[in-house]
Amino acid sequence: MGVRARLKDLAGLEDKFVSGHGLCPGCGIPIMLRLVLRATEYPIVAVNATGCLEVCSSGFPYTAWKIPWMHNAFENAGATAAGIEAAYKALKRRGKLPGGDKKIKIVAFGGDGGTYDIGLQSLSGAMERGHDIVYICYDNQSYANTGGQRSGATPFGASATTSPAGTKLPGKLQWRKNLTEIMAAHGIYAAQASVSHWKDLFMKAQKALEIDGPAFLNVLIPCPTEWKTKPEDGVRLAKIAVDSKVWPLYEVENGKYKINYYPKKEVDVVEWLKPQGRFAHMFKPGNEWMIEEYRRRVNEEWERLVRLTKA
Amino acid sequence: MAERKILNGNAAVAEAIRQIDPDVVAAYPITPSTAIVEYIAKFVADGLMSAEFVTPESEHSAMSMCVGASAAGARVFTATASQGLALMFEILYIASSLRLPIVSGIANRALSAPINIHGDHSDTMGARDSGWIQIYSENSQEAYDNIIQAFRIGENPDVSNPVMVGMDGFILSHAVQDMLVEEDSKVKAFVGERKPLYNILDVDHPITVGPIDFTDYYFEHKRSQFVGMENAPKVILEVAEEFKKEFGREYGFFELYKMDDAQLAVVVIGSTAGTAKVVVDQLREDGKKVGLVKLRVYRPFPAKELADVLSSMRAVAVLDRAASPGAVGGPLFTDIRASLYEYEKRPILVDYIYGLGGRDIAPKHIAGVYERLERIAATGERGELIGYINLRE
Repeated sequence: MGVRARLKDLAGLEDKFVSGHGLCPGCGIPIMLRLVLRATEYPIVAVNATGCLEVCSSGFPYTAWKIPWMHNAFENAGATAAGIEAAYKALKRRGKLPGGDKKIKIVAFGGDGGTYDIGLQSLSGAMERGHDIVYICYDNQSYANTGGQRSGATPFGASATTSPAGTKLPGKLQWRKNLTEIMAAHGIYAAQASVSHWKDLFMKAQKALEIDGPAFLNVLIPCPTEWKTKPEDGVRLAKIAVDSKVWPLYEVENGKYKINYYPKKEVDVVEWLKPQGRFAHMFKPGNEWMIEEYRRRVNEEWERLVRLTKA
Repeated sequence: MAERKILNGNAAVAEAIRQIDPDVVAAYPITPSTAIVEYIAKFVADGLMSAEFVTPESEHSAMSMCVGASAAGARVFTATASQGLALMFEILYIASSLRLPIVSGIANRALSAPINIHGDHSDTMGARDSGWIQIYSENSQEAYDNIIQAFRIGENPDVSNPVMVGMDGFILSHAVQDMLVEEDSKVKAFVGERKPLYNILDVDHPITVGPIDFTDYYFEHKRSQFVGMENAPKVILEVAEEFKKEFGREYGFFELYKMDDAQLAVVVIGSTAGTAKVVVDQLREDGKKVGLVKLRVYRPFPAKELADVLSSMRAVAVLDRAASPGAVGGPLFTDIRASLYEYEKRPILVDYIYGLGGRDIAPKHIAGVYERLERIAATGERGELIGYINLRE
């Protein structure tokens, strides 16, 4: 069923998410979408939590979607997808599917706000019940749709509009939530990917879409608007996130952790932090501790992840 | 053959759902509607239903699943009460706005705080502007009959609107009644098949459901969503007529009890109508010209039909089992008062808030209301606009 991950093969496939959408220049979401929607030959029904992708792709009377697409609310993409899946099973069993019996995959998309935070309960419930759905979090590390407020995915130190770097407080003081491991704890296929490593992302999407049951992907999405970077630097920064171990590429399958990519050379977290305006205050005199703390925590988490692969 | 059974309201609703066997049931347990979900779970476990039965982790997700499943063409049922309905609030509006004919059984219960598990109408009255059709029941039989009719009403293509069927928590949900359960095949045939307006699972004809509207389209779309509610009255009566033909029991927007020559009337929703009927019978024996209006359909509100009946009364008391703090009386009262505005001749109106948190209402309380109506009619003096029944001051 799977398509071979070769660019020349993928390029020939039809785009199911088309131009005309209003996502920002340099946004990583369309890159992720065009890959994921090519990763299966089964028809896909998409569900979208409220967020950047939903708002920018569906402004009536236009739509960027050439597949069935549904938006319900912000915190319920998991439950909405589960509801569609329940209907699919019932209608299939009763011979009432429109256009006759066929295999359909239901894929939900949510940003880090709709997934890490407000939609976590709905997502957790759907995964626990074992619905045959794939949930993809496009993690741009902030509530970007509403102008860059901090989320549970916003990195330590980042200045966001609700965790601004001021004269007294130096940005967000909490470490980000480890959502991929939370989802892995549901005993499902859970993986972390980045738009910078498209083959890895494509392989994980293929795998998730082939599973009869729940699967979760957490994809790092560069957001030049809220990361305060140049649009053309997005994918390069996503790559640095992976190489500096800020965003490891790994998957958890049948309880086994596997790191899919071991960076070949040391890349310091400064290379990740420095180009982004949201971290600029960390480079001011007196805030050196923040960079040290960032580096310490990234290394600690990486070592922990390596240990998990050996468990 | 229809069968006589002794069922409480929850069992009666579950029995209707077993017979209808929707495609998807997604519901979260909450007192006092929990048993509906438990009965259905057991029916599925015993192979008496083939519906896809799912147990979401909250009412918010239950309604979210219902919306997804209904947009996927499924016939969908859920049940809830009180805090559960309140938690669904956001998605209730989306269900009606997407014109999805979800049916929900409600065992009406008070809202927190203080937390209280007993019956009042605060929950559904709080959802009165959510675009759902609201039908209320006096007893188990009506709860059963209303659920059956709800699918036909909501799924009618001219309506295509969700429907909630209320029954008073505990008083109906947990009290048994000798009632008729119709034949499975007859109920199935009466309800028929759902023919959805659109289907998100129709992958050969992809559609975009739930897009964003800006200032240029929202108002027109919002206005167009009201059409289902506007078409509902005609369909509600048609379905009631067919129901009567098939099963013999008569339904309308409301039931009139000894109203033909009445001069004093009480308007009430739900199980309290049963108590009030006893009082009316007693007062009639004493020669008093009193009657009762039991409202069945609250949304769409049968304003003209109700006002036509009430305008010729001398005095009318509205009993509200829900409060609307800061408003001019309870929700039912304000609707009735507004309905009478167009009429030259209209009765003196008073409102009573009663039964909050399951506070008992006895025949003597209702007799007291009629006594006051008599005094008002005799003197023309109304007194306080809003009163409270059986409340310690």
